[in-house]
Amino acid sequence: MSKRDIFQRLQGTRGGAARPQILVWLTGFVIAVLLPLAFKNFVLFQLTLAMTYAIAILGLALLTGFNGQFSLGHSAFYALGAYTAAMMMEHFGIGYIWTLPVAGVVSLVFGFLFGLPALRLQGIYLALATFSLAVATPQLLKSKPLAPWTGGVQGIVIIKPDAPFGLPLSGDQWLYYLTLMVVVVMFWCATNLISSRTGRALIAIRDNPIAARAMGVNVSLYKALTFGVSAFYTGVAGALGAIVIQFVAPDSFTFAFAIALFVGLVVGGVDSIAGALFGGLFVLFVPNIAEQVSKGLAGAVYGVILILVIYMMPSGAAGLVRLVVSKVARKSVQQN
Amino acid sequence: MQLVFSQILAGLSTGAIYACMALAIVMIYQAIDHLNFAQGEMAMFSTFIAWQLLHWGLPYWPTFFLTIAISFVGGVLIERIVFKPLKNAPVLSHIVVFIALFAILNSSAGFIWDFNIKSFPTPFGTTPLFGSLISSHDAGMIAVTIVLLLLLYAFFRYTRVGLAMRATAANPESARLVGIRVGWMIALGWGMAAAVGAVAGMMIAPVVFLEPNMMVSILLYGFAGAVVGGLTSPFGAVIGGFAVGVIENLSSFIPDVGNELKLTIALALIVAVLTIRPQGLFGRVIVTRV
Amino acid sequence: MRRKGLCLLLGSTLILALGTSAALAQKKYGPGVTDKEIKIGNINPYSGPASAYGQIGKTIAAYFNKVNAEGGINGRKINFISYDDGYSPPKTVEQARKLVERDEVLLIFQSLGTPTNTAIHKYMNAKKVPQLFVATGATKWGDYKHYPWTMGWQPTYQSEGHIYAKYLLEKHPDAKIGILYQNDDYGKDYVKGMKDGLGDKAGKMIVSEQPYEVTNPTVDSQIVNLKASGANVFYNVTTPKFAAQAIKKAAEIGWHPIHLLNNVSQSVGAVLKPAGLDNAKGILSTFYLKDSTDPALKDDPGYKKWLAFMNKYHPKGDKTSSFTVYGYTAAQTLVQVLKQCGDNLTRENVMKQAANLKNLELPMLLPGIKINTSPTDYYPIEQMQLQQFDGKEWKPIGPVMSGELGGS
Repeated sequence: MSKRDIFQRLQGTRGGAARPQILVWLTGFVIAVLLPLAFKNFVLFQLTLAMTYAIAILGLALLTGFNGQFSLGHSAFYALGAYTAAMMMEHFGIGYIWTLPVAGVVSLVFGFLFGLPALRLQGIYLALATFSLAVATPQLLKSKPLAPWTGGVQGIVIIKPDAPFGLPLSGDQWLYYLTLMVVVVMFWCATNLISSRTGRALIAIRDNPIAARAMGVNVSLYKALTFGVSAFYTGVAGALGAIVIQFVAPDSFTFAFAIALFVGLVVGGVDSIAGALFGGLFVLFVPNIAEQVSKGLAGAVYGVILILVIYMMPSGAAGLVRLVVSKVARKSVQQN
Repeated sequence: MQLVFSQILAGLSTGAIYACMALAIVMIYQAIDHLNFAQGEMAMFSTFIAWQLLHWGLPYWPTFFLTIAISFVGGVLIERIVFKPLKNAPVLSHIVVFIALFAILNSSAGFIWDFNIKSFPTPFGTTPLFGSLISSHDAGMIAVTIVLLLLLYAFFRYTRVGLAMRATAANPESARLVGIRVGWMIALGWGMAAAVGAVAGMMIAPVVFLEPNMMVSILLYGFAGAVVGGLTSPFGAVIGGFAVGVIENLSSFIPDVGNELKLTIALALIVAVLTIRPQGLFGRVIVTRV
Repeated sequence: MRRKGLCLLLGSTLILALGTSAALAQKKYGPGVTDKEIKIGNINPYSGPASAYGQIGKTIAAYFNKVNAEGGINGRKINFISYDDGYSPPKTVEQARKLVERDEVLLIFQSLGTPTNTAIHKYMNAKKVPQLFVATGATKWGDYKHYPWTMGWQPTYQSEGHIYAKYLLEKHPDAKIGILYQNDDYGKDYVKGMKDGLGDKAGKMIVSEQPYEVTNPTVDSQIVNLKASGANVFYNVTTPKFAAQAIKKAAEIGWHPIHLLNNVSQSVGAVLKPAGLDNAKGILSTFYLKDSTDPALKDDPGYKKWLAFMNKYHPKGDKTSSFTVYGYTAAQTLVQVLKQCGDNLTRENVMKQAANLKNLELPMLLPGIKINTSPTDYYPIEQMQLQQFDGKEWKPIGPVMSGELGGS
């Protein structure tokens, strides 16, 4: 996608086209709020999980899509958030709600610290460094010095929270609404961040770091901070994921999960905030579809679906939507 | 001291595996300018083809060369069928297709040949060498890696096709302008990468046993080796592969955590090296003009 | 409702106890059961790093096809729904909830893996859905007090470790033990079993412990360390691929200790043959299932039954793999439980009958090994036999032993 496109889109979000977009978001929100009336707890549980993945993917999108830093290691930050939440609940008996911001902040700090050496790495080298992080995570979690806190290979079992204030909701419904609230807040923040001065600086760094520096952007600081913010998002997602699954274990956070998040990012559209939602749904549901087609060849079916998706929308779902919208717009302009 | 020496030798013999893989990775990087995540699975699939041929009664060496040929054709076909239509897609989409390819090859191999381990023969025997610390197969594997390296070096340096391939990877547009058929050069690169992968697979399988997941972890070590050595240098990749094998074994000497975390320690060390020399130990600095 | 169910349950078991035909009891069905079918759920890793175990799920499915082709259980066909979790705990939770809440199965049978089953342990017990005969040897599956809806099946890893320790204390009290183990719950359980079995001598006898990760390409470095430690007993706690590597590497570097190989990797066809039969000579291991690759079994009636089943219903299955024997025998255990349930197919009664298996002998269990459970004994198979590989086949040494874990 070219710089002009970004420019246009940036204008679009603040200009006249903003109203239909807000309408779309609002409709989506209303539907999301009403869903628990129509679906069983199990489907809600799946959607809740998909939303946590979407938050994690959004974190990745901020890093990769808007700042041009590549990560194959976000499962590590997801794990960090999940374990922070689980350990706070297990060892200190802290309420689950409070674990979310703490998990986010812990991840932010780690992400920022990891972002500092990562400054020196680019493209494939950064990919390897982050991928190493993903591979090392399960081993670190079960290593002897950490095992008393992390539960080692056994992991930590968490108690499922009930709805507070005597709300007439089942546990799954409550978690669904809680996650939905977090999604709304996080996505709203991301949208504002991207269209702010800071966001334009991030995009400028992605498109041309040297020019950005020449314009007075502190490239190093912004890049490391983006890593931190990205990790914050993913860490909060991890904490939510842990509460929803009620269990954390090293085997839950292997590099396969990092790759799944990455796939979700690309099929959703790397530089799209709404695309992250599509990515979250993709990560959760497509393997299930593949499994239904063929048990023995589930992996192959998944691969074929993935290739077809990329053929149909090389720039992800968001890219496709953008293409369709611009075509329709052009047509209506011509008709006028 | 004796133990340190043994561990270094053991590290060299596993390092040979990584070196083999790293070489294949660098090969494709030279040709297409990407790291191919499906490289390991392609090598694994080729090895299964070889296993099948042997199972049908073909002798070792004809199988060896026939597998290389089949893999070459397979690599070209993958490029023509899967990647050519995606020529203009963003880089990240390419990586997702690599992941898709990974899933397809892994799952089909399991479907066709199941997940039980299979022994794969070695032409070099398993006689112990050097006070029984490395076997003749390890030595043979190291020799094959070095021969392969020399052949590739000569190919890229002294043949027209090799030069054309390098030009294609370095600057496709200029290459096209001087009359190089860029599309076919990329396909050729895929073919060669698959062929080198097949050799790597057939050398590695006798040590780790053949099964669909055999390459998953080796690929990571291969990447690490290739990146440490410098992705632009086949020689660097081979040295990098050996280095990763030795470093990993030596980190098991760190008290308390060394044994449990040797991969982690090795990876941390590699990342540290990269922050000091981001282009790898033997890689060229690629200067991009603004 | 639940109390009423319990009363009925008590009543029906009373009738059973009196020896009256189950058909007389009033039909009583839990979720997933009709006059025509019984829905059974299962979760297996058909994809991902542990996909080798997927064979177990496929074998179980094939066995239920056989049961259905032969008329089902008390006239009901088994509808076996098996999902893939790729050995990832979050996916296991999702699949288990799909089975329980959407498919409404009667029970989940033989879900595989320790971390994966731990992830659904609490859920299954809160929902009161049987998590029956889980395919893992961790000790926690026998905790009938806190988790009455979960039951293991195979001997626990720890009890197997006990048996090896007992053997060493008896035969080689001065042994220096080197341990190679997979760095996860399974490996650590085996090590714990050995250490508990050795008691206070453990510290002196164990000279080296070498963990490996499933992501390690080889275990060469660990074997080199073990040899250098001067160990003369090799306690090999590895999965098939690494077991074959270890056996081969030890022989290659000229290390010939007393070799104790864990039950997971004792298959002649799938491990010892690839590793080299000569290299494997003298290895000791414990058994509870027959080894399908043992040539001495040729005329064994149980083996013949298994072979007939494999040929007719699971021709694609691997006859040299112990997983097909495992799946076959586990499926037969469930069929026995469902037969005992008669027409009272509630979840409560399933657990009651699962905890009421008496001296059950199955075709592919070693002679003398019987399945026994009770409301206070949730460990169905607790006996094993030590055998030694003579370069061609496994030969029993000593009697069938029991490695009971005294409570826990």
